[in-house]
Amino acid sequence: MEKKKDEKELLTIGSGDLYQPYSWSVGHYGSKFLHELKDHKKLLGIRCPKCNKVYVPPRKVCGKCYVAMDEFVELSDEGEIYACTIIQFGFVDPGTGIQRPVPYGYAFIKLDGADTCLSHFVDSTDPEKFKVGARVKAVFEEKRKGSIVDIKHFTLI
Amino acid sequence: MGKKVAVVGFGQTKGRSARKDVNGVELINEAVVAALADAELTIKDIDAVVIGNMDHFEGVNYVDSWSVEGSGGVMKPIFKVTTGGTTGTTVAMSAYYHVASGMFDKVLAIGWEKNSESDTTGAIITAFDPVWERPNLGGAIAGLALEASKYMSTYGITERDGARVAVRERLHALNNPFAHLHQEWMKGIPVDQLVELLVTSKENVMLAYPLRMSDMCPRTDAAAAAIFASEDVAEKMAAVPAWVASTTNRHNFALAGDVDMDRNTTMASAAKRAFEKAGIKEPLKEIGVCELYLPYSYAGLKWMEDYGFCAYGEGPKLVWDKVTDMDGELPVNPSGGVMSSNPIGATGLIRVGEAALQIMRKAGTRQVQKDVNFAFITGFGGCYWADVMVLGKKKPS
Repeated sequence: MEKKKDEKELLTIGSGDLYQPYSWSVGHYGSKFLHELKDHKKLLGIRCPKCNKVYVPPRKVCGKCYVAMDEFVELSDEGEIYACTIIQFGFVDPGTGIQRPVPYGYAFIKLDGADTCLSHFVDSTDPEKFKVGARVKAVFEEKRKGSIVDIKHFTLI
Repeated sequence: MGKKVAVVGFGQTKGRSARKDVNGVELINEAVVAALADAELTIKDIDAVVIGNMDHFEGVNYVDSWSVEGSGGVMKPIFKVTTGGTTGTTVAMSAYYHVASGMFDKVLAIGWEKNSESDTTGAIITAFDPVWERPNLGGAIAGLALEASKYMSTYGITERDGARVAVRERLHALNNPFAHLHQEWMKGIPVDQLVELLVTSKENVMLAYPLRMSDMCPRTDAAAAAIFASEDVAEKMAAVPAWVASTTNRHNFALAGDVDMDRNTTMASAAKRAFEKAGIKEPLKEIGVCELYLPYSYAGLKWMEDYGFCAYGEGPKLVWDKVTDMDGELPVNPSGGVMSSNPIGATGLIRVGEAALQIMRKAGTRQVQKDVNFAFITGFGGCYWADVMVLGKKKPS
């Protein structure tokens, strides 16, 4: 009885249809990466002058060496699956308000020429083929807007 | 080195999937009242408050002020700390630093979360980089599944190995009246059979291969509070104070894709340093109990290797050999751990409090039998950052 009464009495207040957009600064290096992606379907990394590590996406400072980086490196649009999963649980993407279409492939991809990974979608849900060590290639959107999702997804090769 | 510091009191609320009968402030108050009662103190005895949660989950951004009536912080120095999954352990570290500095004698540490108030996966995604990561991130489940895939591929680990950790955590939780998940149906069924059920049952849905529902932590509403006291007063407040022997933390990566998933490098580095500072030379022998932030099953294998409890790839053997069970050489998570309750901002502080209870021998039905000289505690955060703390029965020299 108490539980039923509680369910009627205990309220929650919804937040309504929130609308609070942001404009995030991307900086010189991030902008350069996104321009190259949008205009030329090229993927840029950046090399640390001290430890030689190539980061993607490019950023100004190698955190470990704590030195400035300015040597841009063109990366391949192909690479290797470093870690992967097939996402089967449904959830709403907080950036779009739209449910992600499940199941879908998701992976950390080590592009040829880079030492860090890009996290991105992979258009496979076949666990026999979509696994650590598999080779993949970027598939670009036809109409690109200058965002990381101008890479539509990666595909197995 | 500063003043020596001990945990002298702890209180927590029972983990539930939704506590609609209280708002956040009232939930916080329940834990604080319990902690004060445990230490036989009143709010007047408290010199300062450290409080933490993860703002994204409730959408309330000024919790230090918003919560004063519940926290007891009215007209006291308050510090708010938010570090993602590690929030509760960072709250504990911050309370420790406050007291060790010599500027405060008795500091109240509070961690809380009402995960029922928002979508956990969505909120976790908004904690990551908006330009490079959010558009394709799949929350904690996806990220942890990636780590599991890498670990399984490198060392030939099986789904049964992961399930063995899940079984341990859920069986331990049955002894803890504060745990969120109490899977009574598991009682009396042999471990091998439970493992088999978890990896074959269709009811145990696959979330993101290899992670099934049973491999993940729940989303929980709960609060916890602990009282940290200086060496000048601690022994008057607790029969057996739980002394902070060492604490440290590590951050390494900026973006998820930067994470070196071969090993958990932040946990390994932080644990090594904390053991050194505490004078622990053989962790497996000298540590009496662990309360570890294991948000998913495979962390209970791979990260055990990174802490130095066994060689790389040997995590499954350690767990199958019952070393980490309640009556094993190194009991892990007598509370049931994060996989049995995860009120995110409180989770790390619950590890600290549960470890303190084990040292004080006040853990009731989940008390380990063996004598506990050292307890090892960890906190884990999103982009693979790590907090660790060692509590000891003996006052550090």
